[in-house]
This record gives sequence, C-alpha cells and structure tokens, in this order.
Amino acid sequence: MKLKRAATPIRESTLPKCPTGIAGFDEITLGGLPRGRPSLICGGAGCGKTLFGIEFLARGAQEFGEPGVCISFEETSEDLAQNAISLGFDLKALERANQLVIDYIHIDKSEIAETGEYDLEGLFIRIGSAIDSVGAKRVLLDTPEALFGGLSDEGVLRSELRRLFRWLKDKGVTAAITGEKGGGTLTRHGIEEYISDCVVLLDHRLQSGVVTRRMRILKYRGSMHGTNEYPFLISQNGISVLPVTSLGLSHKISDDRISSGIAGLDEMLEGSGFYRGSSILVSGTAGTGKTSIAAHVANAACSRGEACLFFSFEESPDQILRNMRSIGIDLGRWIKKGLLHIHSTRPTTHGLELHLVEMHNLLEEYKPQVVIVDPLSSLITGSGENATDLTNMLLRIIDRLKQLGTTGFFTSLTSGGRAIEATEVNISSLVDTWLLLRDVESDGERNRVLYVLKSRGMAHSNQLREFLMTKNGVELREAYLGPAGVLTGSARLAQEAREREEESRLTRENEDRRLALRRKLHAAEAQILALEAEREAAALELKTAEIQNEYRRNSALTRRSEMARSRKVNSPSKTSRPQVREAGV
Amino acid sequence: MATRRDSNGIPEYDLRLYVAGQTPRSVQAFANLTKICEEHLAGRYRIEVIDLLEHPQLAKGDQILAIPTLVRTLPEPIRKIIGDLSNKDRVLVGLDLRSAAK
Repeated sequence: MKLKRAATPIRESTLPKCPTGIAGFDEITLGGLPRGRPSLICGGAGCGKTLFGIEFLARGAQEFGEPGVCISFEETSEDLAQNAISLGFDLKALERANQLVIDYIHIDKSEIAETGEYDLEGLFIRIGSAIDSVGAKRVLLDTPEALFGGLSDEGVLRSELRRLFRWLKDKGVTAAITGEKGGGTLTRHGIEEYISDCVVLLDHRLQSGVVTRRMRILKYRGSMHGTNEYPFLISQNGISVLPVTSLGLSHKISDDRISSGIAGLDEMLEGSGFYRGSSILVSGTAGTGKTSIAAHVANAACSRGEACLFFSFEESPDQILRNMRSIGIDLGRWIKKGLLHIHSTRPTTHGLELHLVEMHNLLEEYKPQVVIVDPLSSLITGSGENATDLTNMLLRIIDRLKQLGTTGFFTSLTSGGRAIEATEVNISSLVDTWLLLRDVESDGERNRVLYVLKSRGMAHSNQLREFLMTKNGVELREAYLGPAGVLTGSARLAQEAREREEESRLTRENEDRRLALRRKLHAAEAQILALEAEREAAALELKTAEIQNEYRRNSALTRRSEMARSRKVNSPSKTSRPQVREAGV
Repeated sequence: MATRRDSNGIPEYDLRLYVAGQTPRSVQAFANLTKICEEHLAGRYRIEVIDLLEHPQLAKGDQILAIPTLVRTLPEPIRKIIGDLSNKDRVLVGLDLRSAAK
C-alpha cells in the first residue's frame, strides 16, 4: 500500500503531454494536451474553438517539429488559411513545407441518398492517408458534428465517431476535436461522451456591451490542472491565456526601499519610502491629487535610472505631460530617454481581460521596475465587469508584479457618499501600502490631506498631513491641530502667522534681555578697569615713597658718616646703623 | 461535362462504386448495383469500382466518407448513394431512374 501511494505523484508527472505552444494554456494544464489522446475543445459559436485548434497545429509544426493534419468539416482550406493569417500563421507555407495537411470534408445532404448499411471507412481512410502523407503527430477535427447534418443515421454516426476517436488514439496522434455547445450539453450531439480524456471549455460572455473570453479545463484525466475560469485573448499573436501560475504567495521579497519622490511622504514612511516590489494604493475622491503623486513616483523611479510603465485610463500621454509640467515635473525627458512609457487606453476600448493581457505583454516588453496604473477604478466602470471579477483579475496582476519584483502603484477613485476607507474594487487587503487622500472642508475652503492608512512592515507615521500642490511639485505640510480638528489651508496659515508672531515677540524679549545683561557686563568691566587704575596708582605712590625713603636714609647715613669723620670716630659705626634704620622707618 | 448519349439519344450512365477492401458489404453492394443496372440500364452504363485501401487519395475528389458510396458522375448532376444498395427502390430514385424505367 505504501509503495502504491508513493508511486502516485510519479505517475502524475509522467503522463505524457503535448505542448500546444498557446501562451498560458500549457501552464494551466501543466504541459499541454494529453499526448496520443483525443481532447475536446468545446464552446458556443465564435468562441475561438477553431483558432485554438489551428494554433495547436501551427505551433506544433513550427515550434515542436510535429506535423499536423486539419480535417475541416465547416470551412474550406482557403478560408481556414485566410483566417489563420490574422493570427500570424501561414498555413499555406506549412502545407508547402509538408508540415501540414488541410482536408476539407464536405457533406451535402441534398446530393446523398441512403440505402442500406454503410460505415464511415472512407473518412478513416482519408484521415489516415493525410496523417501518413506528412507523418502527422497532431490532428484537428473541426467539427465532426457537422456529419450529423449530412447523414441521417445517427446510430451509425455515433458508433463510427466512437470508433474514430479510438482509432486516433491507437494511431498515437494527439487530437483536438472541436464541438459546438448545445442546449444543456457540452456539444450539440453529445460527443463529449466519447472523448473523456480532456475537455476544454471556451466561452465568451457579453457584459454591458463588452465581451470577455474565458477558458476552463473541465476535465483532464490523469493529470492535475488549473480548475478556474481563465480569461483569454485572441490577438494577432494567437491565443493568450492569462498566465496564472503566478497565483501564489511564494514570491521573493525585498528589503530595499525606494523613494516616493515626495520628501514629506518618505518621511512618513520611516524616512525611506516604499519597499521595492510592494504594491501601493492611493485612493481618494476626485481631484485630490492621485495622479500627481503617481507622477512623482514615476519621476523618482526614472531619476534612479529605472524603467517605469505608466498605464493611464483617463488621460492621454500628452495631457499627463502637460499637467505634470504645471507642478514642476518634467516627465517628457524620461520618455525621450526611453525610461518612461505611458500607455493610454480608454477602459471601454476592450474587455477587462484584454487590458490585463495587454498589461502582461507590455510588462514582458519593457520589463519595468515600477508600474503605475491610474486609475484602477475606471477599469470597473469601463469593463462592465462586476467588482468581484475585477478583484480577481487585479489579484493576478498584483501577484504577477510581485513575482517580477516590480513595484506596483495604483490609484483608485473613491466616489462620494461611500465610506472613504472603502475602495471601489475592494483590493485594499491585497496592497501593502495604502495612502488615503481626503478633502477637508472648513472655513469656506477645501483642502487636501494625506495619511498613511497602512503600510506593511514599517513603522509609518500616523499623522494627517496637509498636501499642497506647488510649482515645485507636491509638498506635505505638518498639519496643525486646532480646537475644531486639523487645521488646513488658510486656517493653518493663520495659525502659522500667530506662531510666527509669538516667535518674534519671544525673540524681541530675548534680545532686550541680552542687551541688558551685556550692559551690566560692560559696567562691571568698567568698574574693574577703574579699580585697576586705582591699584596701579597706589602701587606707584608706594614705590615713590620707598624710593624717597631710601634716598632719605642714604643721605642721613652720609651725613652721619660725615659727622663721624669730622668727630674722628670709626669703630661704633656698625652698631649704631640699625638703630638709625629703625629710626628711619 | 455534357451528358453523353447513345445513338437513340438516351443518356449513358457513368457510375463509380467506392469500397474499402473486399468486405461482405462491398461485395453485396456491387452485386446489388450490377443487378439494378442490368435491369434498367442494360447496355448504357459503366461501373468503375474504386478500392480506397489501394487509392486512398481518390477519396478526396468525390468527398467520400461513407463506405460503400455509389457516385453517379454522368449524367449530371452528380448524385451519391451510400449504403449497400439493398433497397432497390431507393437506388432507383437516387439515380433518377424511376422515369427512365417506364
């Protein structure tokens, strides 16, 4: 038992698959269609079944070296070739290169009478000879259900179709069989009963005038597969299914910080800005400056030499350039340098999935470090999708960006009358940093304030800051708290003026005090000088007195010795001298 | 292609029978066909039997799917009858021979 269980995943991975080369499809199916088995591609009229099959064949021949056979029951080979050119495939050239055989099988009930028993061996022979003529590995049957319109014996047809699919399997070719959706069943005549290995359901839905194409792997025997509905797109490069393998939370994260381009905002985010590769949402009501902040982010990215991709759903590139010049941001130079690419489309031009596929393609093309979407919310109104669809799709875009390590900057318009903390698209839980812009109405004016509602992984400021648009870009001002709340605009200016006055009053007082003290100091110094002079004078006087005294004593001695000499006395002179000095002092 | 006629102005029939190998059904179809032709088209018909196992590429030209298939190439328009031709009346209708028989 244990051995068996261990063997299961190995068998899973060894189920041979046949890569279709269709962008995204091979990811969903973990490798492609089941090799050597028939698969059913079904869906309503115009959903892209035939194109899917043609691309499967053409890419097989071009990219995987597997020749193919196309058995068409509905379109002539000329029509098919013509249609395929619009997808970028030259079927005629492939036919000339012996990589492809297109056989148009036509059956017209009006020229056929049925009598007695028959089988479809002729069909088998035709397919078989087509396969053998190029050594085909892939077969497209588009769509064998057309036979039901040409032959009346349904019992024979059913058993023959069943035999055909088994026969294809025995031949070892990978077959794609298309079928048109019928009421209540996957195909009109229920041929899904006979093709049970892999069923791909294509669908296109009209919502508010916009078509969304979707694909779902209904069943894939013996293999894991993505089970969701995936939007897909038919473009000049064929079918692309939205890459969805990115769905997951295993992306690498970065500790790197990048500046928002607004000094005040960086300050609120620990002084160093956003995390690289994070998703940032700016939401706010109309005219709160969302695009201006986005322009700052773009400008900062390009200044660092990084590539930036700007998706604009409201303004043309020129309009953005002009408007941003008015607040002192010259984005034009970055476009010239090739760092900035502005992609402007109306949200209504095509369905949501096309927008997203287009984003994916541009991401591939430009490999930007920073992506700006301005605004997300217009996608929802333009596409006619409901908010849940949009949330799902944005989740995919955000995941894709995270996987690429690209910083995503989204703006979102909050319409009036709703909770300001609610975004239209409910993606707030998906983003890492959420900045909120708000109008504050007071004293007959409207002013903008900005605050950081959340920012994962950093100690962000909890302050409300006033947000000013100046000639030199966006500036954030410290907001004043007044008795009625946050002061903005002229109320803030008045407060600032009051503070300036107070400041200058204090400065003046201070100056006075300083002068007074200095005067006191000067007075003391003058006093010291006077005393010094007095001292010097006294010292001089003293010295004079001493000199006079000495002189007097000397002259007294002289006089005395002269007297002694005159008295002829010599010996007692020494004893008498101190007495004389004492007397002299 | 114009309709080929014999000296009496009656159209001649070119018939092709597509088969895949000597299956009982093919043999049956050929037998039924020759019998009908001998009865109704004696002397003014030709039958060509094409075995698709030997010439698979020929299936494309006449848009052959079902086996056996009888194709009336002449007189025009082209008519196809599929099956083992066991229902004689339907074969006659299919070949527009109902009127010719009278």
